[in-house]
Amino acid sequence: MLDVVNLTHTYGSGPEAHRALGGIDLSVPEGQLVCVVGPSGCGKSTLLRSIAGLVRPTGGEVRVKGRPVTATPDDLAVVFQDYSRSLFPWMSVRDNVALPLRRRGLDRAARRTAAAEALAAVGLESAAAKYPWQLSGGMQQRVAIARALAYRPSLLLMDEPFGSVDAQTREDLEDLVLAVRGHHRMTIVLITHDIDESVYVGDRVVVLTRAPAVVAADLRVDLPGPRDQIGTRELPAFVHLRSEVSRLVRGRPEFSMTPSQIDKE
Amino acid sequence: MTVANGGRLRGLALRLWTVPVVVAVWEAAARAAESVYFPPPSAILARLRELWFSGPPARLFLSDAALADFLPSLGRMFGGWALACLGGIALGVAIGRSKTLAGYVDPLIEFGRAIPPPTLIPLFVVLFKADARMQVATIVYGVVWPVLVNSVDGARYVDRLHIETARVFGLSRAERLTRVILPAAAPKIFAGLRLSLSLALILMVVAELAGSATSGIGYELLYTQQNFDLPGMWGTIALLGVLGFLLNSSFLVVERRTLSWHRRAGRTK
Ligand SMILES: Nc1ncnc2c1ncn2[C@@H]1O[C@H](COP(=O)(O)OP(=O)(O)OP(=O)(O)O)[C@@H](O)[C@H]1O
Ligand SMILES: [Mg+2]
Repeated sequence: MLDVVNLTHTYGSGPEAHRALGGIDLSVPEGQLVCVVGPSGCGKSTLLRSIAGLVRPTGGEVRVKGRPVTATPDDLAVVFQDYSRSLFPWMSVRDNVALPLRRRGLDRAARRTAAAEALAAVGLESAAAKYPWQLSGGMQQRVAIARALAYRPSLLLMDEPFGSVDAQTREDLEDLVLAVRGHHRMTIVLITHDIDESVYVGDRVVVLTRAPAVVAADLRVDLPGPRDQIGTRELPAFVHLRSEVSRLVRGRPEFSMTPSQIDKE
Repeated sequence: MTVANGGRLRGLALRLWTVPVVVAVWEAAARAAESVYFPPPSAILARLRELWFSGPPARLFLSDAALADFLPSLGRMFGGWALACLGGIALGVAIGRSKTLAGYVDPLIEFGRAIPPPTLIPLFVVLFKADARMQVATIVYGVVWPVLVNSVDGARYVDRLHIETARVFGLSRAERLTRVILPAAAPKIFAGLRLSLSLALILMVVAELAGSATSGIGYELLYTQQNFDLPGMWGTIALLGVLGFLLNSSFLVVERRTLSWHRRAGRTK
Protein backbone atom coordinates (compact mmCIF):
# COMPACT_ATOMS: atom_id res chain seq x y z
CA MET A 1 0.00 0.00 0.00
CA LEU A 2 2.67 2.47 1.04
CA ASP A 3 6.38 2.30 0.30
CA VAL A 4 8.91 4.84 1.47
CA VAL A 5 12.34 4.24 -0.05
CA ASN A 6 15.48 5.95 1.21
CA LEU A 7 13.58 9.20 1.74
CA THR A 8 15.69 12.24 2.50
CA HIS A 9 14.64 15.82 2.89
CA THR A 10 16.64 18.97 3.50
CA TYR A 11 14.98 22.31 4.20
CA GLY A 12 16.73 25.33 2.76
CA SER A 13 20.24 25.34 1.38
CA GLY A 14 23.70 26.61 2.19
CA PRO A 15 24.61 27.26 5.82
CA GLU A 16 20.92 27.59 6.70
CA ALA A 17 20.16 24.08 5.44
CA HIS A 18 18.46 21.70 7.83
CA ARG A 19 18.56 18.01 7.08
CA ALA A 20 15.29 16.68 8.48
CA LEU A 21 15.09 13.19 7.00
CA GLY A 22 18.24 11.16 6.60
CA GLY A 23 17.06 8.20 4.54
CA ILE A 24 13.87 6.58 5.73
CA ASP A 25 12.74 3.16 4.58
CA LEU A 26 9.27 2.01 5.46
CA SER A 27 6.80 -0.35 3.87
CA VAL A 28 3.22 -0.57 5.05
CA PRO A 29 0.88 -3.32 3.80
CA GLU A 30 -2.79 -2.62 3.23
CA GLY A 31 -4.91 -2.49 6.37
CA GLN A 32 -2.04 -1.96 8.79
CA LEU A 33 -1.97 0.70 11.47
CA VAL A 34 1.56 1.99 11.93
CA CYS A 35 2.50 4.35 14.74
CA VAL A 36 5.48 6.60 14.24
CA VAL A 37 7.20 7.94 17.32
CA GLY A 38 10.34 10.01 17.69
CA PRO A 39 11.78 13.01 19.45
CA SER A 40 10.19 16.38 18.92
CA GLY A 41 11.40 18.13 15.79
CA CYS A 42 12.94 14.99 14.34
CA GLY A 43 11.00 15.13 11.10
CA LYS A 44 7.81 13.17 11.71
CA SER A 45 5.57 15.78 10.13
CA THR A 46 7.99 16.14 7.25
CA LEU A 47 7.71 12.41 6.61
CA LEU A 48 3.92 12.58 6.70
CA ARG A 49 3.77 15.60 4.43
CA SER A 50 6.03 13.86 1.94
CA ILE A 51 3.67 10.88 1.86
CA ALA A 52 0.76 13.28 1.26
CA GLY A 53 2.60 14.91 -1.63
CA LEU A 54 2.69 18.28 0.14
CA VAL A 55 6.47 18.33 0.47
CA ARG A 56 8.63 17.41 -2.47
CA PRO A 57 11.40 15.39 -0.83
CA THR A 58 14.95 16.18 -1.87
CA GLY A 59 15.79 12.50 -2.26
CA GLY A 60 14.31 9.02 -2.33
CA GLU A 61 10.80 8.03 -3.24
CA VAL A 62 7.32 7.54 -1.85
CA ARG A 63 4.94 5.13 -3.56
CA VAL A 64 1.27 4.73 -2.76
CA LYS A 65 -0.39 1.63 -4.24
CA GLY A 66 2.74 1.23 -6.32
CA ARG A 67 2.50 4.68 -7.91
CA PRO A 68 5.21 7.25 -7.17
CA VAL A 69 3.78 10.22 -5.31
CA THR A 70 4.26 13.36 -7.38
CA ALA A 71 1.07 15.18 -6.44
CA THR A 72 -1.33 14.43 -3.61
CA PRO A 73 -2.52 10.83 -4.03
CA ASP A 74 -6.20 10.10 -4.49
CA ASP A 75 -8.22 8.53 -1.75
CA LEU A 76 -6.14 9.97 1.05
CA ALA A 77 -7.09 11.92 4.14
CA VAL A 78 -4.91 13.82 6.58
CA VAL A 79 -5.48 15.04 10.12
CA PHE A 80 -2.97 17.87 10.30
CA GLN A 81 -0.97 18.60 13.42
CA ASP A 82 -2.13 22.20 13.05
CA TYR A 83 -5.75 21.07 13.02
CA SER A 84 -7.38 24.42 13.80
CA ARG A 85 -5.82 26.13 10.78
CA SER A 86 -6.93 23.28 8.56
CA LEU A 87 -10.63 23.90 9.27
CA PHE A 88 -12.38 26.53 7.17
CA PRO A 89 -13.67 29.33 9.43
CA TRP A 90 -16.34 30.45 6.92
CA MET A 91 -18.15 27.11 7.05
CA SER A 92 -20.13 25.47 9.80
CA VAL A 93 -18.64 22.40 11.42
CA ARG A 94 -21.10 20.26 9.48
CA ASP A 95 -20.09 21.78 6.14
CA ASN A 96 -16.42 21.36 6.98
CA VAL A 97 -16.98 17.65 7.46
CA ALA A 98 -19.34 17.28 4.48
CA LEU A 99 -17.40 19.29 1.90
CA PRO A 100 -14.93 16.57 0.82
CA LEU A 101 -17.77 14.06 0.49
CA ARG A 102 -18.92 15.48 -2.84
CA ARG A 103 -15.98 13.63 -4.29
CA ARG A 104 -17.47 10.43 -2.92
CA GLY A 105 -20.53 10.77 -5.12
CA LEU A 106 -22.91 11.36 -2.24
CA ASP A 107 -25.89 13.63 -2.74
CA ARG A 108 -26.63 16.47 -0.39
CA ALA A 109 -28.78 14.48 2.00
CA ALA A 110 -26.32 11.59 2.15
CA ARG A 111 -23.47 14.02 2.82
CA ARG A 112 -25.36 15.56 5.69
CA THR A 113 -26.10 12.16 7.19
CA ALA A 114 -22.51 11.02 6.85
CA ALA A 115 -21.27 14.24 8.44
CA ALA A 116 -23.75 13.91 11.30
CA GLU A 117 -22.67 10.31 11.92
CA ALA A 118 -19.00 11.19 11.93
CA LEU A 119 -19.61 14.10 14.30
CA ALA A 120 -21.64 11.86 16.59
CA ALA A 121 -18.82 9.33 16.58
CA VAL A 122 -16.42 11.93 18.00
CA GLY A 123 -19.05 13.17 20.45
CA LEU A 124 -19.84 16.45 18.71
CA GLU A 125 -23.38 15.93 17.44
CA SER A 126 -24.51 19.13 19.11
CA ALA A 127 -21.81 21.27 17.51
CA ALA A 128 -22.78 20.61 13.88
CA ALA A 129 -24.30 24.03 13.26
CA LYS A 130 -21.51 25.93 15.00
CA TYR A 131 -18.45 27.46 13.41
CA PRO A 132 -14.97 26.07 14.13
CA TRP A 133 -13.88 29.24 15.94
CA GLN A 134 -16.73 28.79 18.39
CA LEU A 135 -15.19 25.52 19.61
CA SER A 136 -12.36 24.73 22.00
CA GLY A 137 -9.06 23.41 20.66
CA GLY A 138 -9.89 19.85 21.61
CA MET A 139 -13.28 20.08 19.90
CA GLN A 140 -11.69 21.49 16.74
CA GLN A 141 -9.28 18.60 16.75
CA ARG A 142 -12.20 16.19 16.92
CA VAL A 143 -13.85 17.94 13.96
CA ALA A 144 -10.69 17.41 11.94
CA ILE A 145 -10.76 13.71 12.93
CA ALA A 146 -14.45 13.45 12.02
CA ARG A 147 -13.77 15.00 8.61
CA ALA A 148 -11.03 12.47 7.89
CA LEU A 149 -13.08 9.50 9.11
CA ALA A 150 -16.21 10.50 7.20
CA TYR A 151 -14.14 10.61 4.03
CA ARG A 152 -13.35 6.88 4.42
CA PRO A 153 -9.97 7.07 2.71
CA SER A 154 -7.97 3.96 1.95
CA LEU A 155 -4.91 5.71 3.38
CA LEU A 156 -5.29 7.86 6.47
CA LEU A 157 -2.45 10.00 7.81
CA MET A 158 -2.79 11.42 11.32
CA ASP A 159 -0.28 13.84 12.81
CA GLU A 160 -0.59 13.82 16.60
CA PRO A 161 -4.37 13.66 16.28
CA PHE A 162 -5.17 13.42 19.99
CA GLY A 163 -2.78 16.01 21.35
CA SER A 164 -5.35 18.53 22.58
CA VAL A 165 -8.04 16.36 24.12
CA ASP A 166 -8.44 15.18 27.69
CA ALA A 167 -7.34 11.69 28.75
CA GLN A 168 -10.84 10.16 28.72
CA THR A 169 -11.71 11.52 25.26
CA ARG A 170 -8.31 10.45 24.04
CA GLU A 171 -9.02 6.85 24.97
CA ASP A 172 -12.42 7.03 23.30
CA LEU A 173 -10.87 8.41 20.12
CA GLU A 174 -8.17 5.72 20.10
CA ASP A 175 -10.88 3.09 20.26
CA LEU A 176 -12.86 4.91 17.56
CA VAL A 177 -9.90 4.80 15.19
CA LEU A 178 -9.46 1.09 15.90
CA ALA A 179 -13.14 0.45 15.25
CA VAL A 180 -13.28 2.43 12.02
CA ARG A 181 -10.13 0.76 10.80
CA GLY A 182 -11.70 -2.64 11.49
CA HIS A 183 -14.91 -1.77 9.59
CA HIS A 184 -13.45 -0.06 6.56
CA ARG A 185 -10.03 -1.62 6.20
CA MET A 186 -8.05 1.59 6.12
CA THR A 187 -4.30 1.78 6.13
CA ILE A 188 -3.31 4.25 8.81
CA VAL A 189 -0.09 6.06 9.64
CA LEU A 190 -0.42 7.71 13.04
CA ILE A 191 2.21 10.00 14.48
CA THR A 192 2.24 10.38 18.22
CA HIS A 193 4.33 11.60 21.11
CA ASP A 194 2.70 9.16 23.47
CA ILE A 195 4.53 5.86 23.74
CA ASP A 196 1.65 4.10 25.52
CA GLU A 197 -0.66 5.17 22.77
CA SER A 198 1.64 3.94 20.02
CA VAL A 199 1.72 0.47 21.54
CA TYR A 200 -2.00 0.43 22.33
CA VAL A 201 -3.33 1.39 18.87
CA GLY A 202 -0.49 0.22 16.61
CA ASP A 203 -0.02 -3.06 14.81
CA ARG A 204 3.50 -1.83 14.56
CA VAL A 205 5.61 0.95 16.05
CA VAL A 206 8.30 2.71 14.05
CA VAL A 207 10.80 4.69 16.11
CA LEU A 208 12.68 7.52 14.44
CA THR A 209 16.01 8.98 15.52
CA ARG A 210 16.74 12.65 16.06
CA ALA A 211 17.20 14.73 12.91
CA PRO A 212 18.28 13.76 10.37
CA ALA A 213 15.74 11.06 11.09
CA VAL A 214 16.22 7.46 10.14
CA VAL A 215 14.29 4.42 11.35
CA ALA A 216 15.87 3.41 14.65
CA ALA A 217 13.59 0.46 15.28
CA ASP A 218 10.57 -1.18 13.74
CA LEU A 219 8.60 -3.27 16.24
CA ARG A 220 5.65 -5.57 15.69
CA VAL A 221 2.98 -5.23 18.31
CA ASP A 222 1.70 -8.71 19.01
CA LEU A 223 -1.14 -8.05 21.35
CA PRO A 224 -4.41 -9.97 21.26
CA GLY A 225 -7.39 -8.11 19.77
CA PRO A 226 -9.83 -6.60 20.28
CA ARG A 227 -7.91 -4.19 22.45
CA ASP A 228 -9.29 -2.92 25.67
CA GLN A 229 -8.21 0.26 27.40
CA ILE A 230 -7.77 -1.36 30.77
CA GLY A 231 -7.19 -5.02 30.00
CA THR A 232 -4.67 -4.52 27.21
CA ARG A 233 -2.59 -2.06 29.14
CA GLU A 234 -2.26 -4.59 31.99
CA LEU A 235 -0.84 -7.35 29.81
CA PRO A 236 2.79 -8.21 30.47
CA ALA A 237 3.42 -8.07 26.72
CA PHE A 238 2.10 -4.49 26.61
CA VAL A 239 4.21 -3.39 29.54
CA HIS A 240 7.25 -5.02 28.03
CA LEU A 241 6.77 -3.41 24.61
CA ARG A 242 6.12 -0.01 26.11
CA SER A 243 9.36 -0.18 28.06
CA GLU A 244 11.22 -1.23 24.95
CA VAL A 245 9.88 1.68 22.89
CA SER A 246 10.59 4.05 25.77
CA ARG A 247 14.16 2.91 25.94
CA LEU A 248 14.51 3.31 22.20
CA VAL A 249 13.15 6.83 22.23
CA ARG A 250 14.90 8.07 25.36
CA GLY A 251 17.46 5.62 26.53
CA ARG A 252 20.13 5.76 23.90
CA PRO A 253 22.59 8.62 23.96
CA GLU A 254 21.59 9.74 20.47
CA PHE A 255 18.05 10.35 21.72
CA SER A 256 18.94 12.21 24.89
CA MET A 257 18.10 15.87 24.76
CA THR A 258 20.99 18.27 24.56
CA PRO A 259 20.51 21.69 26.16
CA SER A 260 20.48 23.38 22.73
CA GLN A 261 17.59 21.23 21.69
CA ILE A 262 15.63 22.11 24.79
CA ASP A 263 16.17 25.78 23.99
CA LYS A 264 14.73 25.29 20.56
CA GLU A 265 11.39 24.08 21.86
CA MET B 1 -33.71 41.54 20.03
CA THR B 2 -35.97 44.44 21.01
CA VAL B 3 -33.38 45.62 23.49
CA ALA B 4 -30.72 45.55 20.81
CA ASN B 5 -33.00 47.40 18.38
CA GLY B 6 -33.85 49.98 21.01
CA GLY B 7 -30.16 50.48 21.69
CA ARG B 8 -29.43 50.84 18.02
CA LEU B 9 -32.21 53.40 17.58
CA ARG B 10 -30.93 55.40 20.50
CA GLY B 11 -27.42 55.22 19.06
CA LEU B 12 -28.71 56.47 15.72
CA ALA B 13 -30.56 59.33 17.39
CA LEU B 14 -27.42 60.27 19.30
CA ARG B 15 -25.35 60.31 16.14
CA LEU B 16 -27.90 62.20 14.03
CA TRP B 17 -28.95 65.01 16.36
CA THR B 18 -26.33 67.36 14.85
CA VAL B 19 -27.97 67.20 11.41
CA PRO B 20 -31.12 69.25 12.21
CA VAL B 21 -29.01 71.68 14.25
CA VAL B 22 -26.63 72.33 11.37
CA VAL B 23 -29.53 72.69 8.91
CA ALA B 24 -31.25 75.19 11.24
CA VAL B 25 -28.08 77.24 11.64
CA TRP B 26 -27.52 77.16 7.89
CA GLU B 27 -31.08 78.29 7.26
CA ALA B 28 -30.76 81.19 9.68
CA ALA B 29 -27.35 82.24 8.37
CA ALA B 30 -28.42 82.06 4.72
CA ARG B 31 -31.53 84.13 5.38
CA ALA B 32 -29.50 86.73 7.20
CA ALA B 33 -26.85 86.90 4.49
CA GLU B 34 -29.34 87.12 1.62
CA SER B 35 -26.66 86.03 -0.87
CA VAL B 36 -27.75 84.57 -4.21
CA TYR B 37 -24.84 82.17 -4.01
CA PHE B 38 -25.96 80.70 -0.72
CA PRO B 39 -29.71 80.08 -0.84
CA PRO B 40 -31.31 78.79 2.41
CA PRO B 41 -31.96 75.04 2.67
CA SER B 42 -35.72 75.57 2.48
CA ALA B 43 -35.32 77.16 -0.97
CA ILE B 44 -33.01 74.34 -2.05
CA LEU B 45 -35.51 71.73 -0.92
CA ALA B 46 -38.37 73.48 -2.69
CA ARG B 47 -36.36 73.61 -5.90
CA LEU B 48 -35.40 69.93 -5.52
CA ARG B 49 -39.05 68.97 -5.17
CA GLU B 50 -39.94 71.04 -8.21
CA LEU B 51 -37.13 69.55 -10.29
CA TRP B 52 -37.39 65.89 -9.44
CA PHE B 53 -39.82 64.98 -6.72
CA SER B 54 -43.15 66.27 -8.01
CA GLY B 55 -44.24 62.93 -9.44
CA PRO B 56 -47.09 60.66 -8.33
CA PRO B 57 -46.74 58.79 -4.99
CA ALA B 58 -46.90 55.45 -6.81
CA ARG B 59 -43.57 56.32 -8.41
CA LEU B 60 -42.01 57.39 -5.09
CA PHE B 61 -42.78 61.00 -6.12
CA LEU B 62 -40.17 60.82 -8.85
CA SER B 63 -41.00 63.16 -11.72
CA ASP B 64 -40.39 62.41 -15.39
CA ALA B 65 -37.31 64.59 -15.26
CA ALA B 66 -36.01 62.57 -12.33
CA LEU B 67 -36.43 59.31 -14.20
CA ALA B 68 -34.77 60.84 -17.26
CA ASP B 69 -31.82 62.00 -15.17
CA PHE B 70 -31.41 59.33 -12.51
CA LEU B 71 -31.91 56.20 -14.52
CA PRO B 72 -29.18 56.78 -17.13
CA SER B 73 -26.75 58.03 -14.50
CA LEU B 74 -27.34 55.18 -12.08
CA GLY B 75 -27.44 52.67 -14.90
CA ARG B 76 -24.02 53.76 -16.13
CA MET B 77 -22.65 53.86 -12.63
CA PHE B 78 -23.86 50.41 -11.58
CA GLY B 79 -23.07 48.97 -15.00
CA GLY B 80 -19.53 50.29 -14.89
CA TRP B 81 -19.06 49.24 -11.30
CA ALA B 82 -20.37 45.71 -11.94
CA LEU B 83 -18.13 45.28 -14.97
CA ALA B 84 -15.12 46.48 -13.03
CA CYS B 85 -15.97 44.19 -10.10
CA LEU B 86 -16.34 41.09 -12.23
CA GLY B 87 -13.23 41.79 -14.24
CA GLY B 88 -11.24 42.93 -11.23
CA ILE B 89 -12.08 39.89 -9.12
CA ALA B 90 -11.54 37.39 -11.92
CA LEU B 91 -8.24 38.87 -12.97
CA GLY B 92 -7.14 39.62 -9.41
CA VAL B 93 -7.73 36.07 -8.17
CA ALA B 94 -5.93 34.66 -11.19
CA ILE B 95 -2.94 36.93 -10.56
CA GLY B 96 -2.98 36.22 -6.84
CA ARG B 97 -2.85 32.47 -7.41
CA SER B 98 -0.26 32.44 -10.19
CA LYS B 99 3.28 33.61 -9.54
CA THR B 100 4.09 33.55 -13.26
CA LEU B 101 1.15 35.73 -14.19
CA ALA B 102 1.90 38.07 -11.29
CA GLY B 103 5.45 38.47 -12.51
CA TYR B 104 4.24 39.65 -15.90
CA VAL B 105 1.44 41.96 -14.88
CA ASP B 106 2.49 43.43 -11.52
CA PRO B 107 4.47 46.29 -13.15
CA LEU B 108 1.60 46.98 -15.53
CA ILE B 109 -0.84 47.22 -12.63
CA GLU B 110 1.45 49.58 -10.75
CA PHE B 111 1.61 51.81 -13.81
CA GLY B 112 -2.06 51.59 -14.72
CA ARG B 113 -3.33 52.51 -11.29
CA ALA B 114 -0.97 55.48 -11.12
CA ILE B 115 -2.78 57.21 -13.99
CA PRO B 116 -5.52 59.49 -12.61
CA PRO B 117 -8.70 58.22 -14.32
CA PRO B 118 -10.09 61.65 -15.38
CA THR B 119 -7.00 62.22 -17.53
CA LEU B 120 -8.23 59.46 -19.78
CA ILE B 121 -11.55 61.17 -20.48
CA PRO B 122 -10.20 63.01 -23.56
CA LEU B 123 -9.04 59.68 -24.93
CA PHE B 124 -12.38 58.01 -24.27
CA VAL B 125 -14.18 60.96 -25.88
CA VAL B 126 -12.14 60.45 -29.03
CA LEU B 127 -12.70 56.70 -28.94
CA PHE B 128 -16.39 56.58 -28.10
CA LYS B 129 -17.64 60.08 -28.95
CA ALA B 130 -19.53 61.48 -26.02
CA ASP B 131 -22.04 58.72 -25.58
CA ALA B 132 -22.69 56.38 -22.68
CA ARG B 133 -19.80 54.10 -23.59
CA MET B 134 -17.35 56.88 -22.85
CA GLN B 135 -18.84 57.41 -19.41
CA VAL B 136 -18.91 53.70 -18.64
CA ALA B 137 -15.31 53.36 -19.80
CA THR B 138 -14.25 56.18 -17.47
CA ILE B 139 -16.03 54.54 -14.53
CA VAL B 140 -14.66 51.08 -15.26
CA TYR B 141 -11.12 52.33 -15.63
CA GLY B 142 -11.33 54.39 -12.50
CA VAL B 143 -12.86 51.84 -10.16
CA VAL B 144 -11.23 48.61 -11.28
CA TRP B 145 -7.96 49.21 -9.44
CA PRO B 146 -9.08 48.90 -5.81
CA VAL B 147 -10.96 45.70 -6.69
CA LEU B 148 -8.05 44.29 -8.63
CA VAL B 149 -5.35 45.13 -6.12
CA ASN B 150 -7.38 43.87 -3.16
CA SER B 151 -8.35 40.67 -4.95
CA VAL B 152 -4.72 39.96 -5.78
CA ASP B 153 -3.80 40.53 -2.17
CA GLY B 154 -6.64 38.43 -0.79
CA ALA B 155 -6.04 35.50 -3.13
CA ARG B 156 -2.26 35.61 -2.70
CA TYR B 157 -2.29 35.26 1.06
CA VAL B 158 -4.73 32.41 1.53
CA ASP B 159 -3.49 30.29 4.45
CA ARG B 160 -1.26 27.61 2.98
CA LEU B 161 -2.83 24.95 5.16
CA HIS B 162 -6.25 25.77 3.70
CA ILE B 163 -4.93 25.16 0.21
CA GLU B 164 -3.21 21.97 1.33
CA THR B 165 -6.37 20.73 3.01
CA ALA B 166 -8.28 21.32 -0.22
CA ARG B 167 -5.66 19.39 -2.15
CA VAL B 168 -5.55 16.48 0.27
CA PHE B 169 -9.31 16.04 0.25
CA GLY B 170 -9.37 16.17 -3.53
CA LEU B 171 -11.55 19.25 -4.01
CA SER B 172 -12.05 20.07 -7.67
CA ARG B 173 -10.65 23.27 -9.15
CA ALA B 174 -14.09 24.86 -9.06
CA GLU B 175 -14.61 23.88 -5.44
CA ARG B 176 -11.19 25.15 -4.47
CA LEU B 177 -12.05 28.47 -6.05
CA THR B 178 -15.58 28.90 -4.72
CA ARG B 179 -15.28 27.13 -1.37
CA VAL B 180 -11.77 28.02 -0.31
CA ILE B 181 -10.01 30.79 -2.22
CA LEU B 182 -12.91 33.20 -2.71
CA PRO B 183 -14.20 32.98 0.88
CA ALA B 184 -10.66 33.33 2.22
CA ALA B 185 -10.08 36.38 0.05
CA ALA B 186 -13.56 37.82 0.62
CA PRO B 187 -12.68 40.25 3.44
CA LYS B 188 -10.05 41.89 1.23
CA ILE B 189 -12.24 41.78 -1.86
CA PHE B 190 -15.12 43.46 -0.07
CA ALA B 191 -12.85 46.26 1.11
CA GLY B 192 -11.96 46.86 -2.54
CA LEU B 193 -15.59 46.71 -3.67
CA ARG B 194 -16.69 49.29 -1.12
CA LEU B 195 -13.95 51.71 -2.06
CA SER B 196 -14.70 51.31 -5.72
CA LEU B 197 -18.41 51.93 -5.21
CA SER B 198 -17.77 55.39 -3.81
CA LEU B 199 -15.27 56.02 -6.60
CA ALA B 200 -17.90 54.99 -9.14
CA LEU B 201 -20.22 57.76 -7.96
CA ILE B 202 -17.46 60.34 -8.21
CA LEU B 203 -16.44 59.23 -11.68
CA MET B 204 -20.05 59.12 -12.84
CA VAL B 205 -20.34 62.83 -12.07
CA VAL B 206 -16.90 63.67 -13.44
CA ALA B 207 -17.58 61.90 -16.71
CA GLU B 208 -20.89 63.73 -17.15
CA LEU B 209 -19.35 67.08 -16.30
CA ALA B 210 -16.46 66.63 -18.68
CA GLY B 211 -18.01 64.74 -21.52
CA SER B 212 -20.85 67.00 -22.68
CA ALA B 213 -23.54 64.55 -21.62
CA THR B 214 -27.14 65.29 -22.53
CA SER B 215 -28.79 63.83 -19.45
CA GLY B 216 -27.86 62.61 -16.01
CA ILE B 217 -27.25 64.02 -12.56
CA GLY B 218 -23.86 65.47 -13.44
CA TYR B 219 -25.29 67.05 -16.55
CA GLU B 220 -28.03 68.60 -14.44
CA LEU B 221 -25.41 70.03 -12.12
CA LEU B 222 -23.72 71.74 -15.05
CA TYR B 223 -27.04 72.86 -16.53
CA THR B 224 -28.30 74.49 -13.31
CA GLN B 225 -24.96 76.21 -12.89
CA GLN B 226 -24.97 77.60 -16.43
CA ASN B 227 -28.52 78.87 -16.00
CA PHE B 228 -27.62 80.48 -12.73
CA ASP B 229 -30.15 78.24 -10.96
CA LEU B 230 -28.22 78.17 -7.68
CA PRO B 231 -30.91 76.46 -5.55
CA GLY B 232 -31.04 73.77 -8.22
CA MET B 233 -27.26 73.44 -8.22
CA TRP B 234 -27.12 73.17 -4.43
CA GLY B 235 -29.98 70.68 -4.55
CA THR B 236 -28.07 68.48 -6.98
CA ILE B 237 -25.01 68.58 -4.77
CA ALA B 238 -27.09 67.58 -1.73
CA LEU B 239 -28.77 64.84 -3.73
CA LEU B 240 -25.38 63.40 -4.70
CA GLY B 241 -24.36 63.45 -1.05
CA VAL B 242 -27.48 61.54 -0.02
CA LEU B 243 -26.96 59.08 -2.86
CA GLY B 244 -23.38 58.39 -1.77
CA PHE B 245 -24.51 57.87 1.79
CA LEU B 246 -27.25 55.45 0.75
CA LEU B 247 -24.92 53.48 -1.50
CA ASN B 248 -22.33 53.06 1.20
CA SER B 249 -24.88 52.12 3.86
CA SER B 250 -26.57 49.50 1.70
CA PHE B 251 -23.22 48.07 0.74
CA LEU B 252 -22.25 47.80 4.40
CA VAL B 253 -25.40 45.85 5.14
CA VAL B 254 -24.54 43.31 2.43
CA GLU B 255 -20.91 43.16 3.53
CA ARG B 256 -21.82 42.56 7.15
CA ARG B 257 -24.10 39.70 6.26
CA THR B 258 -21.66 38.03 3.89
CA LEU B 259 -18.66 38.39 6.18
CA SER B 260 -20.37 37.78 9.50
CA TRP B 261 -18.13 34.74 10.09
CA HIS B 262 -15.08 36.93 9.69
CA ARG B 263 -16.21 39.60 12.11
CA ARG B 264 -17.29 37.12 14.73
CA ALA B 265 -14.24 34.87 14.37
CA GLY B 266 -12.00 37.91 14.81
CA ARG B 267 -13.81 38.80 17.99
CA THR B 268 -13.37 35.41 19.64
CA LYS B 269 -9.64 35.18 18.90
N1 LIG C 1 9.08 24.71 6.10
C1 LIG C 1 10.20 24.50 6.81
N2 LIG C 1 11.31 25.21 6.54
C2 LIG C 1 12.44 25.00 7.25
N3 LIG C 1 12.58 24.10 8.21
C3 LIG C 1 11.51 23.36 8.54
C4 LIG C 1 10.26 23.52 7.85
N4 LIG C 1 9.37 22.65 8.38
C5 LIG C 1 10.04 22.00 9.35
N5 LIG C 1 11.32 22.40 9.45
C6 LIG C 1 12.34 21.88 10.36
O1 LIG C 1 12.48 20.51 10.13
C7 LIG C 1 12.58 19.80 11.33
C8 LIG C 1 11.53 18.70 11.37
O2 LIG C 1 10.25 19.30 11.42
P1 LIG C 1 8.94 18.43 11.61
O3 LIG C 1 7.80 19.35 11.69
O4 LIG C 1 8.90 17.39 10.56
O5 LIG C 1 9.23 17.75 13.02
P2 LIG C 1 8.25 16.86 13.91
O6 LIG C 1 8.97 15.62 14.21
O7 LIG C 1 6.91 16.76 13.29
O8 LIG C 1 8.17 17.75 15.22
P3 LIG C 1 6.99 17.80 16.31
O9 LIG C 1 7.10 16.55 17.08
O10 LIG C 1 7.32 18.98 17.14
O11 LIG C 1 5.72 17.92 15.57
C9 LIG C 1 12.44 20.81 12.45
O12 LIG C 1 13.73 21.07 12.97
C10 LIG C 1 11.91 22.03 11.80
O13 LIG C 1 12.45 23.18 12.37
MG1 LIG D 1 5.07 17.43 13.76
